[in-house]
This record gives sequence, structure tokens and C-alpha cells, in this order.
Amino acid sequence: MRAFIAGCGRTGASLAQRLAEAGHEVTIIDTNTEAFNRLDHGFPGRALRADVTDEDQLRRAGAEGVDLFFALTEGDNRNILAAQSAAETLGIERVVAKVNDPVRAEAYRALGLATLCRTRILADALATWSGLPHEGGAEGVAPATGHHQAHHEETADQSSDGTAVPAGGR
Amino acid sequence: MYVIIVGGGKVGYYLTKELLAAGHELVLLEKDGRRARQIADEVGSIVLQRDGCEGKHLEEAGAKRAAIVAAVTGDDEDNLVVCQMAKHHFDVPRTIARVNNPRNESLFRHLGVDEIISPTRMALAAIEQDIPVHELLHLAQLPGGRLELIEAQIAEDSPAVGRRAADLSLPDACSLLAIIRSGNAQPIRADTTLQVGDTVLAISRTESGDQLHDALIGAADGGDPD
Repeated sequence: MRAFIAGCGRTGASLAQRLAEAGHEVTIIDTNTEAFNRLDHGFPGRALRADVTDEDQLRRAGAEGVDLFFALTEGDNRNILAAQSAAETLGIERVVAKVNDPVRAEAYRALGLATLCRTRILADALATWSGLPHEGGAEGVAPATGHHQAHHEETADQSSDGTAVPAGGR
Repeated sequence: MYVIIVGGGKVGYYLTKELLAAGHELVLLEKDGRRARQIADEVGSIVLQRDGCEGKHLEEAGAKRAAIVAAVTGDDEDNLVVCQMAKHHFDVPRTIARVNNPRNESLFRHLGVDEIISPTRMALAAIEQDIPVHELLHLAQLPGGRLELIEAQIAEDSPAVGRRAADLSLPDACSLLAIIRSGNAQPIRADTTLQVGDTVLAISRTESGDQLHDALIGAADGGDPD
């Protein structure tokens, strides 16, 4: 598979490493080239300096036509913009955005984005460890609950208050 | 009409003042405390020190009854999120986003932002009107007054790209002198093929400027800015 990862933080770097070691074709980008120091010396993928919010730079870095797209930068909004651009403009099917604000993560799930919310995952892990019951939907990547649409239609948007729709409920 | 403005930079600040002067009810969200206080000192208590990207803060600001949400920060991603949250979470009828990277305009429209303002594009358009980008540059008039030394930049859309100098339909009494390619000057021979990025120096009659323009730059009517 071809994977494209935006953001070479700890998460991005270790994911890149694992995917590449498993034999996938990996491109990882970051605006700060020092971030690439997090990758092992023999990293077999490509590491490029590029800004994930700039469509031209994404194309130049070869994001078009990849199988997996991960938006894992430090900025929730940057990830949201990049993921939507990847899905809508570059036509990539499997797209995940890291959105650490739970409210925004939930809202964008309803708008058709699969999200990864570190806050919810950590809070749930700690709560479970403390003996509280496990919270549904807080594990791993939360799939989209709504679906992408060209949002040109008027106000009749059935999923706009869909925060209570259970995961995978489409 | 109740308006929420997100971002208290220059655009947000002047927009706030204009709308207040026009008698609108509004609130400005600015996440930087110092900037928020600065503006509040001037326009009063309608400034909230809040991050407009947070759903909670938009709600506090009264997004549910807002007629318009205008996101005018310097960051495209923030403006997009503000507008999408406003539209899909709070059913705000009209959202306006400032787009700083012109490439984001179509994506924002596609994702449901109602109105796009692109200061970058507006500034570019205004400046391009004053600076001819694809024009012949008249470098010097030669003694006698009938001939000129002219410079032309070969752009992607030039009809001369990939053609040999001998095959160009140049006006009478026109002579191509040299090209400057990658910083080096070289003479133009009959079999020299022109490339994108070349600078061509030519001598031509003053009155055949249009014809030379057509040959080296392209027909002047193709004014599609995109």
C-alpha cells in the first residue's frame, strides 16, 4: 500500500517506521525538517519538507492516489483542513485526522471524517484503569458517523446534530 | 443583524469598526489576550478573549442566533473550521471566510463556506494590473529612432516554446540577438530551440511590437487570469 503521513511528531514518525518496515511505500512530510530526526537512520520511506495545508505542495509530494492518508500534525484545524482536502480534492478514500479536541472530533465525524482523538483515548484508558466502565467510541480511530457531501444544499442537513449517533451507525 | 467575527487582526478589527458604525449587533472573538484587550479598549465590551474554533466558545458567543459568522484570522485552517462548525453545528445561515492561500478558495467553497474573501488574490490582481507580467520590455531605442532593443520572457503559454528560432513568424526587419538561459547569454542560431524561462533579446521596428508580441509572448487577447 501507499501511505502518506503529514506531521513527523512522535506518532507520525513511529507510524511511518512501522508501515515502512511492513513493506509499505511511505511518504512522511513536515514543515520542520528537524522533525525527521525522529526517524531511524535507515528509514526506507521518503521524508519531505512540505506544508500539509497547501494542496500544491501535497501534490508535489506525491499525495495523489495514495491508499492511506494520515493528518497527524500538532494542529487540529490543520489536520481537519488537510484531511478534507485529501478526501475531496485528491480523492483519497481512507483518510484519518488527529483531532485532539473531543468536541471538534465528534463534529467532524458527523461531517464524514474518521478521527483520532488523543484526549478521549487517554482519558478513557485512565478512567478504565481506575475502575470506571469503558466508554464506547473512545478506542482507536473513530469512524465517520456522517458522510461527505458537497455541502451546497441548504439547511436540511440531517447529520448536523448527529453527535449522538453511535459509531458506524451509517 | 447579529454578526460574530472571529479573529481580531487588521481585517477583523476594521470590519468590527465598520459594522458597529453601520449599527449592527456583533461580537468579536480574539484568542490573544493582549490583542483582545487592545481592541476592547477602543470598541468596548463586545470583544471576547476566546478561541472561535472551539464549539463551546462559539456557543457562548451566541452562534445559534447569529445571522452571519465571519472568520477572518490569518490562518486558513482556523477560518475553515470556524465556518464549518458555525454552519453544521449551529446552523448559521451565512458564513464568510478569509482565505489567505488562493489555492484554498475552491476547497472552501466545496466544503460549504458561503462567501470567500481572498485578500491575497485581490492584492495580486491589483498589482498585476500595474506590472505587465507577460509583456515585451522595451529596453532601449536605437539611434535613428526606428528600431528598438526589446526583451521578452518566454512563459509556458508562449507559442515559441519548443520551436526553432528559424520557424518563428517574426516581423520584417526583426532580429533575435541572444537568449539568456540559466543566467548565461548565448547567441541565437537558426536551430536554437526556445524553452520556458528563456529571456530573448531582439531588435525590432518600433511599429512591429504587436507582431513580435504574438510570436514570442502569445496573442494578446487570452486574458483568462486563471
